[in-house]
Amino acid sequence: MSGKPKLIYFNGRGRMEPIRWLLAAAGVEFEETFLDTREQYLKLIKDGSLMFHQLPLVEIDGMKMVQTRAILSYIAGKYNLYGKDLKERAFIDMYVEGITDLTNMIMMFPFSPPEAKEKNLALIMERATHRYFPVFEKALKQHGQDFLVGNKLSWADVQLIEAILAVEEKFPAVLSGFPQLQAFKTRMSNMPVIKKFLQPSSPRKPPPDDRYVATVLKVLTE
Amino acid sequence: MSGKPKLHYFNGRGRMETIRWLLAAAGVEFEEVFLETRDDLLRLQKSGDLMFQQVPMVEIDGMKMVETRAILNYIAAKHNLYGKDLKERALIDMYVESIVDLNDLVMRAPFQPADNKEQYFANTVDKATNRYFPAYEKALKDHGQGFLVGNQLSRADVHLLESLLMAEELKPDILAKFPLLQSFKARISNVPTIKKFLQPGSQRKPPLQEKDLPKVMKIFH
Repeated sequence: MSGKPKLIYFNGRGRMEPIRWLLAAAGVEFEETFLDTREQYLKLIKDGSLMFHQLPLVEIDGMKMVQTRAILSYIAGKYNLYGKDLKERAFIDMYVEGITDLTNMIMMFPFSPPEAKEKNLALIMERATHRYFPVFEKALKQHGQDFLVGNKLSWADVQLIEAILAVEEKFPAVLSGFPQLQAFKTRMSNMPVIKKFLQPSSPRKPPPDDRYVATVLKVLTE
Repeated sequence: MSGKPKLHYFNGRGRMETIRWLLAAAGVEFEEVFLETRDDLLRLQKSGDLMFQQVPMVEIDGMKMVETRAILNYIAAKHNLYGKDLKERALIDMYVESIVDLNDLVMRAPFQPADNKEQYFANTVDKATNRYFPAYEKALKDHGQGFLVGNQLSRADVHLLESLLMAEELKPDILAKFPLLQSFKARISNVPTIKKFLQPGSQRKPPLQEKDLPKVMKIFH
């Protein structure tokens, strides 16, 4: 047993990607098991590994953790990425929840029916530039610090850099009205642990393609 | 200024109900400001008080908090309802997240179009009785204490009770095969702060009636 966290999921971003990002930002090495058959998934349910029959699953510190937010909260708490007190935590939680709404839209996008794709794509851009990015631009401008909360790297910063890069994959000029976020992106990308995660050989997964979508549907549907 | 938390939402359960439950369980009195019309929501959005233009919003301890989970996390931690350490928190979070999923299913039942109602109901009951309830029944059995996690009341117990009662509103005998959940329900309902919240005249909101649906849709769409 290596002692490293073990991630069990499909070989793609999905709901596991924020967990990969957070572990990487915390400097924690992890192992991965990739599912690509329904049998593997049913076996996990049968042997009691999936408390609610759902993925992601992360084996960490003797626990078989499920539920993305529970896993992320645990990692953030354990590795000091959750602020120094309740109020900082409150702001981190608010920012994380907002960003999660945006990244969920991006995550679900490949699974939209073809006739809804154009509308959903436009909505991602609209939400990013009118609802979410302005909040973080304003926060960074107001306190003038490098990080969103408490002058220290937190889960919120990691989630935000992930979201920015994901939106940029679809809309390369999305940060054009957001100078603070541009500087934030550069700063975060240059942090050693994140720089390492952004290199080609890292556990970071590529954007979802048709093959990924097909695998997910095959494994999860009867 | 009263110092009491102030809840901004429409006069109904929706995403604010779990917050009402948790404050009540913690013995915290709160005030409510109800959005009655779309203009009320627009005014609130224009005021800059809604970080992401959405409700629920709770004014608490000098903050204008948004995002249901953020609000619940803050209240739970402040009032010692979030376990004693990281590992208890992790277990609480796992249960709580699953309960959110279950509640979402149950809460959407009244909004289903007529031609989908029956199938939706069947799917909801199936998930409740084959995925979620067995997990909580097993947790109570394995843990052997009166509570889901640790040996004192936590938010997991409060959220589960709320969820069980909502599920029973959907199908009154839905707990028939779950004896431990039935005794859990009775026990937690008797916690003094919760017993008070379950009485008529409290700030607990009734289920959404079909006749109120158009009004709610109008505020949010």
